Amino acid sequence: MQKSSNILGRLDWVTVILWLVMMIMGWLNIYAAVYNEQHTSIFDISQRYGKQLMWIFAALVLAVLVLVTDNKLWFFFAWFIYGFFIFLLIMVLIVGNEINGAKAWFEIGPFSIQPSEFAKFATGLALASYLNSQRQSSGYRVMGPATAIIMAPMVLIALQPDMGSVITYFAFFIVLYREGMSIYVFISAILAVALFLLTLMLGNVPVAIGLIVMAIVALAVTSGPMLTLKATGILAVSGGLAFLAGHYLLDLKIAGIIVAAVVMAGFGFLWFIYRMKLKLPAVIYAFLISGIFYLFTVDYAFHNILQPHQQTRINIMLGMEADPFGEGYNLNQSLISIGSGGFAGKGYLNGTQTKFKFVPEQSTDFIFCTVGEEWGFLGSVVVIGLFVWLLLRLLVLAERQRTTFIRAYGYGVFGLFLVHVFVNIGMTIGVMPVIGIPLPFFSYGGSSLWGFTILLFVFLRLDAGRSEYLG
Amino acid sequence: MKDRYANRKYLVMAMVLIAALILVARLFYIQIINKTYRVSAANNALRPVTQYPARGLIYDRNGELIVYNQAAYDLLVIPVQTTSFDTARFNQILGITMEDFRSRMKTAVSYSRRTPSVFMKMISSETYALLQEELYRFPGFYVQARTLRKYTRPVASHMLGYVGEVDNKLIARDRYYRSGDYIGISGIEKSYEEQLRGRKGVNIFLVDVHNNIKGSYADGRYDTVAVPGTNLWSTIDLNLQEYGEKLMRNKTGSIVAIEPATGEILTLVSSPSYDPELLVGRVRSANFAMLQADTVKPLFDRALMASYPPGSTFKIMNGLIGLQENVIRPSSLFGCSMGYHAGSLTVGCHSHSSPLNLPQAVAQSCNAWFCNAFRSILENKQYALIGDAFDHWRQYLVAFGFGNKLGIDLSNELSGNIPSRSYYDRYYGKDRWKALTVISLAIGQGEIGATPLQMANMAAVIANRGSFYIPHVVKKIGDDGSPAPLYTQKYITGISPANFEPVIEGMEGAVNGGEGSTARGARLDSIIICGKTGTAQNPHGKDHSIFVAFAPKDNPQIAIAVYVENAGFGSTFAAPIASLIIEEYLTGEIKRKYLEDYVLKLVIKPDAKE
Repeated sequence: MQKSSNILGRLDWVTVILWLVMMIMGWLNIYAAVYNEQHTSIFDISQRYGKQLMWIFAALVLAVLVLVTDNKLWFFFAWFIYGFFIFLLIMVLIVGNEINGAKAWFEIGPFSIQPSEFAKFATGLALASYLNSQRQSSGYRVMGPATAIIMAPMVLIALQPDMGSVITYFAFFIVLYREGMSIYVFISAILAVALFLLTLMLGNVPVAIGLIVMAIVALAVTSGPMLTLKATGILAVSGGLAFLAGHYLLDLKIAGIIVAAVVMAGFGFLWFIYRMKLKLPAVIYAFLISGIFYLFTVDYAFHNILQPHQQTRINIMLGMEADPFGEGYNLNQSLISIGSGGFAGKGYLNGTQTKFKFVPEQSTDFIFCTVGEEWGFLGSVVVIGLFVWLLLRLLVLAERQRTTFIRAYGYGVFGLFLVHVFVNIGMTIGVMPVIGIPLPFFSYGGSSLWGFTILLFVFLRLDAGRSEYLG
Repeated sequence: MKDRYANRKYLVMAMVLIAALILVARLFYIQIINKTYRVSAANNALRPVTQYPARGLIYDRNGELIVYNQAAYDLLVIPVQTTSFDTARFNQILGITMEDFRSRMKTAVSYSRRTPSVFMKMISSETYALLQEELYRFPGFYVQARTLRKYTRPVASHMLGYVGEVDNKLIARDRYYRSGDYIGISGIEKSYEEQLRGRKGVNIFLVDVHNNIKGSYADGRYDTVAVPGTNLWSTIDLNLQEYGEKLMRNKTGSIVAIEPATGEILTLVSSPSYDPELLVGRVRSANFAMLQADTVKPLFDRALMASYPPGSTFKIMNGLIGLQENVIRPSSLFGCSMGYHAGSLTVGCHSHSSPLNLPQAVAQSCNAWFCNAFRSILENKQYALIGDAFDHWRQYLVAFGFGNKLGIDLSNELSGNIPSRSYYDRYYGKDRWKALTVISLAIGQGEIGATPLQMANMAAVIANRGSFYIPHVVKKIGDDGSPAPLYTQKYITGISPANFEPVIEGMEGAVNGGEGSTARGARLDSIIICGKTGTAQNPHGKDHSIFVAFAPKDNPQIAIAVYVENAGFGSTFAAPIASLIIEEYLTGEIKRKYLEDYVLKLVIKPDAKE
């Protein structure tokens, strides 16, 4: 048919070959990672490497199936697919199986399926469809509902709970960025994360005092010495009052005293601002007080809401804790195995660390350890290079689209791959806290492989038909 | 339509490149620059040697050592690292046959060629010494040091418990334990496992092809130091324990003695018992099977788990409750004509003078008196329904520690049983039963079950005139530690101290009084012992002999419960034993050699079931 040759002709073969290469490399790597002397054949189905080959074949079939579909299918059914997976995410909370503490799996016979892996794809579609329909406008009226589309599955997955998966959904904000979300949202987000990390590392009181100092400096720079002196005066007075009341009357800790001081100073400023109609100082104050509340809130949330092991993982990444037998165990073993790979690695199937089963989860979340140990720095850079190539290629493909729908979806695919690769590899080398998410095409598992394949190939199919009108 | 945000793609591209750069830079650092992760020569292998710390020692209350450690060695093998070697010499050193060698090797290989596994457990120190000298000849083999328990005296085995290998279920749940680790399985070893075990350390060595250790991997950066276990001071008096076990030889039953002021258990005897050395090391499995199969059940801890109807010793409780509820007075007189008669119901009693007041009834153990008292408690006009009165009665018992686990720091305690109102409601119909229906409860028979621990605790409460600390077997954790916080808390029972006096007077009379006193055999010249005899009916054979006591009457130092199964009257058997223990503990020597001889010679075979 003309259409199919058209598709094959316009299909981006670079990406397809990258996909094949990575799946094969991943398969060979799993063989090395969980090599079992009793089952030396790489095709042995009782072992993970044999099973992975089966998943790869199934992925090939899936890819072909996707390519055969009609472009418009994805466009029209985006919302149905999304709704279906939202439904599945709700169902898995009720009738799903609990593995490793999270109710995330359906077990059908010998197979296990994880809806959250496929829900990413559905969310990408729905988000793209929505942004496409709203392409004439932008701003909060569009970005608000768009954020809701992203957050709905996030909330459901957080209930499982599977924090790793939840974090990958932040990738979709890259789509929003590209489609016009205000850059201030992202700047605020980055500032918020920075503030959070600073608070953890330095303590909430020093950072709060730092914020106050910064605010005073900003005031001095923008509004001149007189105003600054008055503001500092008000702050000092309210600080003193807060201290007296807090220390002797109400028995507040320093944190409470600082908050009270800033709030009371705010009342003092109100009069000034109202009388003299000062905009910039008001803005500075707004930042200060929201920063102060924010940092105390996250500090409280970190210590009282996060689970102890999650706290430890973040502390370990920040270098504040070691915990070699507990939470730091994974990271420690991972660093030893990757580090011991040296420049060229120990050679295929010669990884002693992974052979001795030192690295936990070495065929799934920590699969990169085998790459690092057996193929060394060279091999690691090659693998990262392949992913970078894939990512940049996805960007190129996304940018050549004339339809917002395909471009937005493409950015979604891009974002997901970026987050998965960076977080997974980063976690094995200590740049990110240990968060259990798979490395695309390398980590063992049917759900993850098929999820990424479908994600990718729907985009390739849409791209191949990019000159068609979708309506 | 113009795409206003097209330029944003450049920022996104930059993000990718920066992210990749961060990863590559970090990889460069840990793989190239930082040498500590790298293994130098291709032939070097890593060998993680677990450092097992010494398990915490256990002392008695006076600082005498009870449990300590001896070195033991496991021989491990990594099959892939072995080469051909002189197996004849190897087998000779180990004392095994070629067949044995082959089968052990096969097991190791099937476990894994590359991960270490145990080739031979617990080789003796002599074998270890021989082997160490020639270990260079046997690449792939190495020795790991372990510790095994050793006991200064063959006593207190139930309380101390034993140590064995950890099972797979626990390994799955608790990351600390690996296959082949030891863990406390019963007794103090189990309850205080976390304190006793210390913390394992690990040394990761680099080993070359000749089985020589070349050094520490990464200069020991990943090594962790083993932390030795915390020592414990037990509450028991080792000499008293040994004496108690000696007295109980050839008898079945138990002794529980508590220091009333603190709840510390001075001695915990369950007979028949066994030598704790039987359950150490290689012989443990075989010996355990043998002990388990033994019909007298030496592994069964009677002190904590055997629930008996307390018999006459329970009368004290009804006396106290009656006084507190104001339905009887110390001077109340009840008659007894060889028993208690109410309508068609008769509860028999032995012959004694009549009528008696409370102290006399305690001293002479009159059934009728307490049937009357119990009836008064339940038929108290204050309560509309008998069920209400019963609930109230039961509450006192629960406050004394009956019917529930007391909370001793040993895991196998059972709770005994005090029947509840709903139990009788279900059987007879709601509130359709009367005091007479359950009159056997008055004299400690019927559905009541109490463990010797609970009875000793009751004695402690009486000694303290109304309060107690939960009985426990460890008084000090670590050098400047104290017991677990649960045991420093004082519990009050709700019966005022004044009400204890007449009962105590009765208990004094039981031991030190004249004609009719049931326990004169227990009397000591120098010290006033207060006690109560009991005979628990045993449907399967001869009755059990019970005695609870405390001494001295004022400022008591010891509260005790003694059970001798299938022995008959409490006065004849349990009372002398208790008395000897008291004498030994309070004076340090036994003056009544004739009594001691009598007890030591006593052999009471558990009666076969009819």
